[in-house]
Amino acid sequence: MRFRLTDDQRALRDGVRLVLARRFGAEALRAAVGRPGLDRGLWRELGAAGFFSLRLPEAAGGVGLGLPEAVLVFEEAGRVLLPGPLVATHLAAGVVPGAATGDVVVTAVGGGGLVEWLDEADAVVGDAAGAVVVRSVDPLTPLHRVPAAGSSARPDDLLVLLTAAEQLGTAVRACEAAVQHARTREQFGRPVGAFQAVKHLCAELLARVEVARAAVYAAAVTADPVDIAAARLLADEAAVRGARDCLQVHGGMGFTWEADVHLCLKRAWVRAERGGSLAESEELLAGELLVETG
Amino acid sequence: MDLTHSPAEEEFRARLREWLAKVLPALPPKPPPDDWPGRRAYDLGWQRMLYDAGYADVHWDASPAVRLVFLEETERAGAPYVGANFVGLLHAGPTIAAEGTAEQRARWLPPVLRGEEVWCQGFSEPDAGSDLASLRTRARRDGDEYVVTGSKIWTSHAEVADWCELLVRTDPSAPKHRGISWLAMPMDAPGVTVRPLRTLAGSTEFAEVFLDEVRVPVANRVGQENDGWRVTMVTLSFERGTAFVGEVVACRRVLGELARKARSGGRWDDPGLRRRLGRLNAEFRALWRLTQWNVSEAESSGGVPGVGGSVFKLRYSRARQELYDAAAEVLGAEALDLDRPWVLDRLGSLSYTIAAGTSEIQRNIVAERILGLPKG
Ligand SMILES: Cc1cc2nc3c(=O)[nH]c(=O)nc-3n(C[C@H](O)[C@H](O)[C@H](O)COP(=O)(O)OP(=O)(O)OC[C@H]3O[C@@H](n4cnc5c(N)ncnc54)[C@H](O)[C@@H]3O)c2cc1C
Repeated sequence: MRFRLTDDQRALRDGVRLVLARRFGAEALRAAVGRPGLDRGLWRELGAAGFFSLRLPEAAGGVGLGLPEAVLVFEEAGRVLLPGPLVATHLAAGVVPGAATGDVVVTAVGGGGLVEWLDEADAVVGDAAGAVVVRSVDPLTPLHRVPAAGSSARPDDLLVLLTAAEQLGTAVRACEAAVQHARTREQFGRPVGAFQAVKHLCAELLARVEVARAAVYAAAVTADPVDIAAARLLADEAAVRGARDCLQVHGGMGFTWEADVHLCLKRAWVRAERGGSLAESEELLAGELLVETG
Repeated sequence: MDLTHSPAEEEFRARLREWLAKVLPALPPKPPPDDWPGRRAYDLGWQRMLYDAGYADVHWDASPAVRLVFLEETERAGAPYVGANFVGLLHAGPTIAAEGTAEQRARWLPPVLRGEEVWCQGFSEPDAGSDLASLRTRARRDGDEYVVTGSKIWTSHAEVADWCELLVRTDPSAPKHRGISWLAMPMDAPGVTVRPLRTLAGSTEFAEVFLDEVRVPVANRVGQENDGWRVTMVTLSFERGTAFVGEVVACRRVLGELARKARSGGRWDDPGLRRRLGRLNAEFRALWRLTQWNVSEAESSGGVPGVGGSVFKLRYSRARQELYDAAAEVLGAEALDLDRPWVLDRLGSLSYTIAAGTSEIQRNIVAERILGLPKG
């Protein structure tokens, strides 16, 4: 059993991290918040880099990699809070022409009848008829609501898993930001990270990340619906609680628009909704307990 | 990333499974919690069976992945737990294997493997728990012997132990981490007195140990004199890193039993309870995945587990308590009856956030040693 990154996977992750740091660093994130709208140039660059065609077979013009690699890439996207209907477009590659190359932006009707980036999308998966605009809590995720769309259908498992990977990335970012702040911000003549109350917030942040990571990566290997539901619950928790605790570590600064922390939290909230209701995931996991033991 | 085992590992699993199916039904009934001689005999008897079947040293010599298969299969089959052999097999043994001399390994390891000798852990003292390095039990050198005086507390299995992995202060003038040594002390040496302590579960799981001029050969020191703190860190990394791993499988089994019990008792209709059990399923699945991750990492780096075990212990100890709280919810009023299943386990689970380093200490370790935050 080699449940760890292969050299190729490590190289892929580092490569994506490098590209995203260059193309969508902290300043680009701030600029995007100031001037919302999807950066089509970036979208095409992502397409050219294989972001959307990653899992398409090479014969079909894709990269020919698997779910574990996709999860690593989406984790990095989540880490930089890359905006846009990334998961929907990735899942549409090979189905909607132009999605694989990043020439076409695809969105999908998701959990709770919400649609992300509807005005920017060239194609919609699902019926978005009658969609009305929502004043989105996340400045970088415009939302519409489809009144008629019931949230009855369980979201696609791959959508849930890749969303969990994004959540994991955002949780990593929140943990890194909290630790960075705790190391540098001084009060009472010492870094606040020397105080145990702060230290323990950071330790819990990391613990949530590590447990979520194990769950998300394992689900990517097995693609099992129950594993995916577990990954989803832990990744949502790591991202949402992580962003909250990160905000707390930042003190008053954390409550400002200038700090990036709120962007983590708001995006994490949006993604948590995308995976369908928490209760559904929990019920799935509960049901499996009966199945497994007879 | 791969979660499948190699053919050799699967072959090991198949053989083990077959063996377990053969021997487990013939096992004598478990002795009651307070029958310590009975428990010792039972636990060592099981170890002897493992030894005879060639599985005794799986915790030491097998690859981490094989060890994982072993824990998975034994727990799944409901095989006996290491029990009284815990310290010998899971911390003292690995520590001696890693740090001991050839003679020390030859003297102490085989009896542990054969199920002949039980070890206990004499680290904590009344005034040195979390602040372990402030321990005061003195060892004065007298020729080729140490003369040990002091007292230890919360020493699990002390009543039935043959040996104690004992931390003593060999240099009182050195800074506190620098003057400690790690000794193997025979529990039947003159001057050793064991006084059992009753736990909140009503049993005598651990004891106070009083040491009055106990003579321990210098040859029983593992590691250099005054270098015991480093050796202790090796022991603790085993204790936190791998010692609880098998229990995750057991917890998953309990969770399944609980779900069935809830269904047969009509409690399954309560969506709040179902969701709670579902969440616990997610947590224990993830803890098992984290274990597989840690094991794969250990396999690639080789050797002693790192501080990553603290993350595992932090989450596992909490999850275990939540599991048995959920059990109490399923049991309802029966949760107050000590004769019902899971009630003693619920009481026992309260120790997991304390023993082997409290959750607060684990958080300090994670924050300072993994995240690099400044010491307080
Ligand atoms: C079931 C059981 C079995 C045990 N078996 C053994 C054994 O076999 N051998 C052995 O040597 N020991 C054993 N122990 C002892 C165990 O290791 C100690 O109880 C544990 O390390 C805590 O020490 P303490 O009890 O002195 O608590 P204290 O150190 O007094 O702690 C009291 C409280 O203060 C907190 N605290 C202390 N220091 C800090 C700090 N720096 N930062 C934040 N919070 C802090 C603790 O988290 C705790 O909440 C066992 C304990 C239990 C419960």
